[in-house]
Amino acid sequence: MAASTKPNRLQTLLQAPAVGVLFLWMIVPLAMTIYFSFIRYNLLNPDTKGFAKFENYKFLWEDPAFFPAIKNTLVLIGSVLVITVVFGTLLAVLFERKFFGRNIATLLVIAPFFIMPTVSALLWKNMMLHPVYGLLARAFAAVGLTPIDWFGHYPMVSIIALVSWEWLPFAFLILYTAMKSLDHEQREAAQIDGASSVQMFFHITIPHLKRAMGVVVMIETIFLLSIFAEIYTTTSGGPGTATTNLAYLVYSLGLQQFDVGLASAGGILAVILANIVSFFLVKMWAKSLKGGG
Amino acid sequence: MEASRKKVGLLDILAWLIALVLFFPIFWMALTAFKTEQGAYSPDLFFVPTLDSFREVFARSDYKAHALNSIYISFGSTILCFLLAIPAAYRMAFFPTPKTRSTLVWMLSTKMMPSVGVLLPIYLLAKSAGLLDSIWGLILICALMNLPVAVWMSYTYFCEIPKAILEAARVDGAGLFHEMRDILAPMALPGISSTALLLIILSWNESFWSINLTSAKAAPLTVFIASYSSPEGLFWAKLSAASLLAVAPIMVMGWLTQKRLVSGLTFGAVK
Amino acid sequence: MIKHLTSLALFLMALTSFAAPKTVTIAAVNNPAMIELKKLSPKFEAANPDIKLSWVIVEENILRGRVTTDISTGSGQFDLVFLGLYETPIFAKRGWLREMKNLPASYEVEDVFKSLRDGLSFSNKLYALPFYGESSMLMYRKDLFEAKGLKMPEQPTYDDIQKFAAALTDKSAGIYGITLRGKPGWGENMAFIGTLVNTSGGSWFDMKWKPQIDTPEWKNAVSYYINLMKNYGPPGATANGFNENLTLFASGKAAMWIDATVAAGSLSDPKESQVAGKVGFARAPIAVTPNGSHWLWSWAFAIPTASKSGEAAEKFALWATSKEYINLCAADTGWATVPPGTRQSTYENPEYQKSSPFAAVTLQSLQTADPTNPCLHPVPYHGIQLVGIPEFQSFGTVVGQSIAGALAGNMSVDQALKAGQAAATRAVRQGGYLK
Repeated sequence: MAASTKPNRLQTLLQAPAVGVLFLWMIVPLAMTIYFSFIRYNLLNPDTKGFAKFENYKFLWEDPAFFPAIKNTLVLIGSVLVITVVFGTLLAVLFERKFFGRNIATLLVIAPFFIMPTVSALLWKNMMLHPVYGLLARAFAAVGLTPIDWFGHYPMVSIIALVSWEWLPFAFLILYTAMKSLDHEQREAAQIDGASSVQMFFHITIPHLKRAMGVVVMIETIFLLSIFAEIYTTTSGGPGTATTNLAYLVYSLGLQQFDVGLASAGGILAVILANIVSFFLVKMWAKSLKGGG
Repeated sequence: MEASRKKVGLLDILAWLIALVLFFPIFWMALTAFKTEQGAYSPDLFFVPTLDSFREVFARSDYKAHALNSIYISFGSTILCFLLAIPAAYRMAFFPTPKTRSTLVWMLSTKMMPSVGVLLPIYLLAKSAGLLDSIWGLILICALMNLPVAVWMSYTYFCEIPKAILEAARVDGAGLFHEMRDILAPMALPGISSTALLLIILSWNESFWSINLTSAKAAPLTVFIASYSSPEGLFWAKLSAASLLAVAPIMVMGWLTQKRLVSGLTFGAVK
Repeated sequence: MIKHLTSLALFLMALTSFAAPKTVTIAAVNNPAMIELKKLSPKFEAANPDIKLSWVIVEENILRGRVTTDISTGSGQFDLVFLGLYETPIFAKRGWLREMKNLPASYEVEDVFKSLRDGLSFSNKLYALPFYGESSMLMYRKDLFEAKGLKMPEQPTYDDIQKFAAALTDKSAGIYGITLRGKPGWGENMAFIGTLVNTSGGSWFDMKWKPQIDTPEWKNAVSYYINLMKNYGPPGATANGFNENLTLFASGKAAMWIDATVAAGSLSDPKESQVAGKVGFARAPIAVTPNGSHWLWSWAFAIPTASKSGEAAEKFALWATSKEYINLCAADTGWATVPPGTRQSTYENPEYQKSSPFAAVTLQSLQTADPTNPCLHPVPYHGIQLVGIPEFQSFGTVVGQSIAGALAGNMSVDQALKAGQAAATRAVRQGGYLK
């Protein structure tokens, strides 16, 4: 990036609206949430009111779902990131070669990205993974195996699979685009030097894709932190707390138990967790930005 | 290269296989939409197609009104979003200050609060602003939600434009307007348009706020789906028909503009 | 685009401020009875040209969240809401609902079951009109029972159920002996488990509001439930609520099902059910005591006080819960699928009795369900499968989640009940019930 020019008023004015509205959009609800998190506020029982000190945070801390929720949030993000980046890279390499009907195949691969989260979840819950009528259950039964109750016995695995299916196209799109700018001469030179395709993959392709991977990780993390519709639709956070993430926990406190105070405390803790995660992301991103721009 | 040609054949098949597997659930949904309710529960691939489920869905909900709302909200919010994002990104890319990077990071971090955590504050604010069940309210919220992504992406596209070109134009005495129209617009347009596609997709699929802040008038397709999402006896065919109707417009749009989407989503990741 | 939006906004403004007909926005749940009401509602609009109906139909959990935020913040987005027997008195106590008074004589409010009217009242004032009412009962496949030479007694016990389930389960043929609710939630699995605990002699609280969830009665009942479901129930039981079980039973995958009496109508409709005509109906099973062995629930129409179209909304609510509507429904789809459980006159109608083999059992169950005396021992609360305090949603859901966790094998019954006991203790202490 070139050296900064001294900002003048017009330039500041260009940036002000975006920064201003975002600031309001963040600070007003946040301030209200912080306030709510320190009072007793139950939508259904206005009799319980008043300053609660740290009571809401204490109750949340003692909530048997709280630590599982943090763990689940991180497990979900981590697994989906690994799956989408690894498979996205392999797919990008696979699709970078010319082959018959590549454009149509690309259309099919990116299709899941257009589907509403609720629809994806309904589709997988019912038509694909339903333990009695789902296609997988039918297939298992057809070859004489006992159908597996995916969302009951492997709830987290199922959610991870579902979310990965939704986000794989996104990772693929970005990595695929990045693949296109791979220097062909460099590759040919390596080929002439007798490098095997595996060697080329690790020494030329992967380093080239590093920045794109960073982008995928960052954008996906932002969206995955607040994954909600998929869990709500398929497992409702269960069985037990097996798939309750922070977003779902906050939902169940606020919109199922109508305890706004408790839900706000959960929201604040979610913000803190998000900031911890983003701290690491920013470090990573700063590295990737240094490379160019 | 005799040996590798054979291997390439296998890889082609593999690529197609993966594509088909990834697409299969959507294909199956489309197929189920044309089955009868009873037939939807059997795994038959061959059946007599029927439009019954579509008829029932159309009779039961006002698809057109929901779809129009979805279109207004996703396009409206994208326009609003760009009105705010492009000037900011322009400034950040061409006149960066020491604070620029932290401003960008801060913008992205505003997206990390789970929406559910701020439902009540936003609900109360929307209520006092008269924006409950209003298209404008949802346009505003979707625009704000997507603003960080829009700023960031526009910023990366602007960064790819060589500064020398701009400076040369300025030396020639070109005004800001001229600079934007003749130099920036053509060079950044591919990137901006793919960003627009992404924003439209994100707004189209936004379900939390649209379900919680609308009732009858402003409800988009995500609300339409919410009335088919829980079982009611045999319901897969109806659900599939409704789902197909809800995702079809955005999917067709995405497919038609696939080239743009595939080449434009660089996020500054390509040198 | 912008132009379109502006014109749309103007159009909407015009619609709300100048147009002659009053718009009534209705928040409702997506069940078949409600879909039918929406289908028939143009008849109401034709008879009342000054009223225009606008529907928001969503699934139950979304509905509950939407309605509660709307009403408790006084937003007035909805003019008529679909409320449960649980919420109505709690909302009414807060002054959030419009009293249903001076109802026209032609409505014959006395014809509505007294248990429902009581349940939908607060300090003897009625706040909601029941669209349908339900208790719980046992549904079973007569053909499968005959094939195995089994006979259903008039009043089965839970021991009988276990024997039947063992005899009827044929997993290789995809037939499960019994299906029950497993999906966590105070209105889902806890509705059934609540009745099972009641009839096993347990209760949620004792007279001093001390939670009873860690007592042997609860442990026996929950262990029984989990064994039954693990051995003879369908896979994926923790995902099954009322609707999922209806699907399972309607497609012939289960031999017995204990659930809401309203299921009977759908099961008898050949269009929706593959087992129509093969289903038998019996009273909900009992164990130690008949008290609280079958629940009482109703979905009813109520008008938020914040609504600006209260008069028009009441007019529609009266129509939708009237005898006239029930007759209209019968003419459209047949007597078996009319909204059940609200009016004595429906059950006295010979045509209903003829076409609805479940009428007698439903009527008996509804008449004997007594929310004021739900347990073997006296308790300080009202409600059979629920506790009529606002905090119930919170601990009821936690207990439901823990039991679902135990059903899925993620924790032991003892652990689950311990977690439930802690949640309930905290809730009643915070709410000031338990001193």
